[in-house]
Amino acid sequence: MCVVRKLGRRVLSRLVSAVALAAPSLAVADYALNFQRPVTSIAQRILELHNLIFVICMAIFVIVFAFMLYSIVVHRKSRGHKPATFHDNVKLEMVWTVIPFLILVGMAIPSTATLIEMSDVSKAEMTVKITGYQWKWRYDYLDHDIGYFSNLSTPREQIEGKAPKGEHYLLEVDNPIVLPVGKKVRFLMTANDVIHSWWVPQLGIKTDAIPGFINEAWTNINEPGVYRGVCAELCGQDHAFMPIVVNAVTPEEFDQWVVAQKKIALADATSANKTWTREELMIKGKQVFQTCAACHGVNGEGVGQFPKLAGSKIATGPIAAHLSIVLRGKPGTVMQAFGPQLNDVDIAAVITYERNSFGNKTGDMIQPAQVKAAR
Amino acid sequence: MATAAAHHHDEHPAGITRWLFTTNHKDIGTLYLSLALVMFFVGGAMALVIRAELFQPGLQITEPHFYNQMVTLHALVMIFGVVMPALVGFANWQLPLMLGAPDMALPRLNNWSFWILPFAFTLLLSTVFMQGQGGAPAAGWTLYAPLSIQGGIGTDFTILSIHMMGISSVLSAINVIATILNMRAPGVTLMKMPLFAWTWLITAFLLIGAMPVLAGAVTMLLTDRHFGTHFFDAAGGGDPVLFQHVFWFFGHPEVYILILPAFGIISQVIPTFSRKPLFGYNSMVYATVSIALLSHVVWAHHMFTVGMPIAGELFFMYATMLIAVPTGVKIFNWIATMWRGALTFETPMLFAIAFVILFTIGGLSGLMLAIAPADFQYQDTYFVVAHFHYVIVTGSVIAIFAGVYFWLPKWTGHMYNEWLGKWHFWLTMIGTNLTFFPMHFLGLAGMQRRVPDYALQFTDFNQWATVGAFIFGFSQLLFLYLIVQTVRGGERATAQVWEGADGLEWTLPSPPPYHSFATPPEIK
Repeated sequence: MCVVRKLGRRVLSRLVSAVALAAPSLAVADYALNFQRPVTSIAQRILELHNLIFVICMAIFVIVFAFMLYSIVVHRKSRGHKPATFHDNVKLEMVWTVIPFLILVGMAIPSTATLIEMSDVSKAEMTVKITGYQWKWRYDYLDHDIGYFSNLSTPREQIEGKAPKGEHYLLEVDNPIVLPVGKKVRFLMTANDVIHSWWVPQLGIKTDAIPGFINEAWTNINEPGVYRGVCAELCGQDHAFMPIVVNAVTPEEFDQWVVAQKKIALADATSANKTWTREELMIKGKQVFQTCAACHGVNGEGVGQFPKLAGSKIATGPIAAHLSIVLRGKPGTVMQAFGPQLNDVDIAAVITYERNSFGNKTGDMIQPAQVKAAR
Repeated sequence: MATAAAHHHDEHPAGITRWLFTTNHKDIGTLYLSLALVMFFVGGAMALVIRAELFQPGLQITEPHFYNQMVTLHALVMIFGVVMPALVGFANWQLPLMLGAPDMALPRLNNWSFWILPFAFTLLLSTVFMQGQGGAPAAGWTLYAPLSIQGGIGTDFTILSIHMMGISSVLSAINVIATILNMRAPGVTLMKMPLFAWTWLITAFLLIGAMPVLAGAVTMLLTDRHFGTHFFDAAGGGDPVLFQHVFWFFGHPEVYILILPAFGIISQVIPTFSRKPLFGYNSMVYATVSIALLSHVVWAHHMFTVGMPIAGELFFMYATMLIAVPTGVKIFNWIATMWRGALTFETPMLFAIAFVILFTIGGLSGLMLAIAPADFQYQDTYFVVAHFHYVIVTGSVIAIFAGVYFWLPKWTGHMYNEWLGKWHFWLTMIGTNLTFFPMHFLGLAGMQRRVPDYALQFTDFNQWATVGAFIFGFSQLLFLYLIVQTVRGGERATAQVWEGADGLEWTLPSPPPYHSFATPPEIK
């Protein structure tokens, strides 16, 4: 079996390199025709399996339809071909039942081996919990006590065609997931609201993130680099706008990054205790409001079915009710509880911003400490 | 009109009441096919909205929420409003003619099963006009919980509409089974039936097995939404993945509901234009039965990434791969039927040959998708979109085209315009392949499905696909024109219509009398 696989790989790698050599002359350089370059052994195995099955399928297709083509060309009435009358041939029918079955067995063997390898999450050196939200990802490093959200960083203007699109349009985030190369990392996938699916093609991982359940996956990245992916399961209106960016770094860089993250967390905690001015809150609030703008509109005008904030009862009424809905959400709707997602500063800032923008002029403000008290 | 003479002894009410109260299999067949044609343009228009939005990156013509509504409705309309009614239309028209029966076994039920549908689709499509309350369903036609729990009132309308479609399908399935088992003329044994009747018999059992399961799934959704149950909510002890299991237990047999009668149509067309009997009739029947049985044990191949245990993954991978064997048998039999025949290439034959080739592309990509480890890369990408459009559009839909061209002269008594038919064929070929072939590459390169916007590297192929979709869409106007033209007049068709035609329907004049076989035909 092993010999067969090796032989198969050799033939395949020749085929693939032959195609690769021919490619530039075919001027298809701009058109990606196959998987992105794999950077893990699993992704490599999947690519080889895919190529193998593809080549077999192509061969079957060519052979089978050669017969049809011959028939179409030769067995024409217009050429005076007289129809035969046969309509059965048990031996032939046995042959074309058994041969495909044997081919399938041949395909099943390497597939089974790869699948078993993919599902082995044992002996991981670290664990990251990945949580899907509408419409962002959260990464919690369970061994390092670090956790943060990862949001799309492509500006809204680019999406709406008001600014030229950048190189990594829709495939860029504010806080990428940072992983060390050469270490087996286990992922625990879950979701907060609906089903999402965490997919990074170059790692060969696609696993559904399901609310209330935990799925496992693992990776061991071969080389440092930036690998981009997307949410693969329809999860609502901004399904297209919750990409994944993996920043694979050396173990040393990873350790430095962990230290830096802890410092940032400490600084955040301190800033939550100070008293903020209204201007500071408004500036911060405008940034945080990007999250809300997907439904409530950049200018609080509301999008589709979702309510506008300009002049709304909640954004101009008592501040306690406003705080409550942001913290706890509105059950049964897309308005989720932002309490667990945003820190005290963010919530104080965004509420202050909503109450004093889009024509709302309540003139009041709320401090992070008050948010903390209301939790 | 020239055909008036043939109709002189047919008594039926005139005008709208003829169609409202009809229990005649031909009239009901016409109603089904007309509904399918209307819905084909409705669903097609939605597809063009989708393709227009995807012509370039960025949001141009739709909001993402509206885009998701289009994606959802397009699928529901095309599956339940086009392919299924069209195939039921063929069953209504053809089964009595092919089996030597005067009509379907249960004519009043037949009327009812059709007239549920216009109301079901009114309910479904009205949701587009409820944008203030959340609009049409936007969770994809698969209605996965918990996303569908979030939807607005449109989701409830959809659930009720699906119930109505399900009742309609089950009633017509009962009618098909009753007709085939009881109404065959003396001498037409089961193993002498045309293959089209066999495929419909098996499809009818699939419908009875599958549609109630879908009804169960959407009812659970409805009670989760409004009556405090937690079937699909982990917080209440439920499981979102349960929905997927129940849905796909319906969904995979549904795939074969869409394709088996198409196999039947192709198995009538190819022998006719090869002037040679169908090769391997018995093995065709056995292959159809085994596909139907296997279709009930492969559902979780739609869910390889949900986190199944390895034993489950392996079982569903092996079972799915196995379907390739009987499907292969069918392809080989069709080619063997053509082999050493005397081929001519009228429009039905062109569509049938294209069906065999393009459906095989969809079948082979289906085999690739069955390979579980590779499916982790394919799942929910445009590779899947390419795959199922190859089996449904260049499979079921073009088989329906083949069937329409094949039997339209029989139904109307007029030959269609062959020249226009060939134009329709070639434009459809260019359009569909330009639309769906590049999607394979998009999926492999990393574009996920059901998105209104995409990264820049996917632009070129998406533009090809959009151009193809508009060619495909607008060339269907030609099909509409051609049908209207043929219904209104044209060269008289003989009873035989096609030189190689064989079967009871060709012994009747074209068009056949209002009541098909008042006395059973003599079977040699």
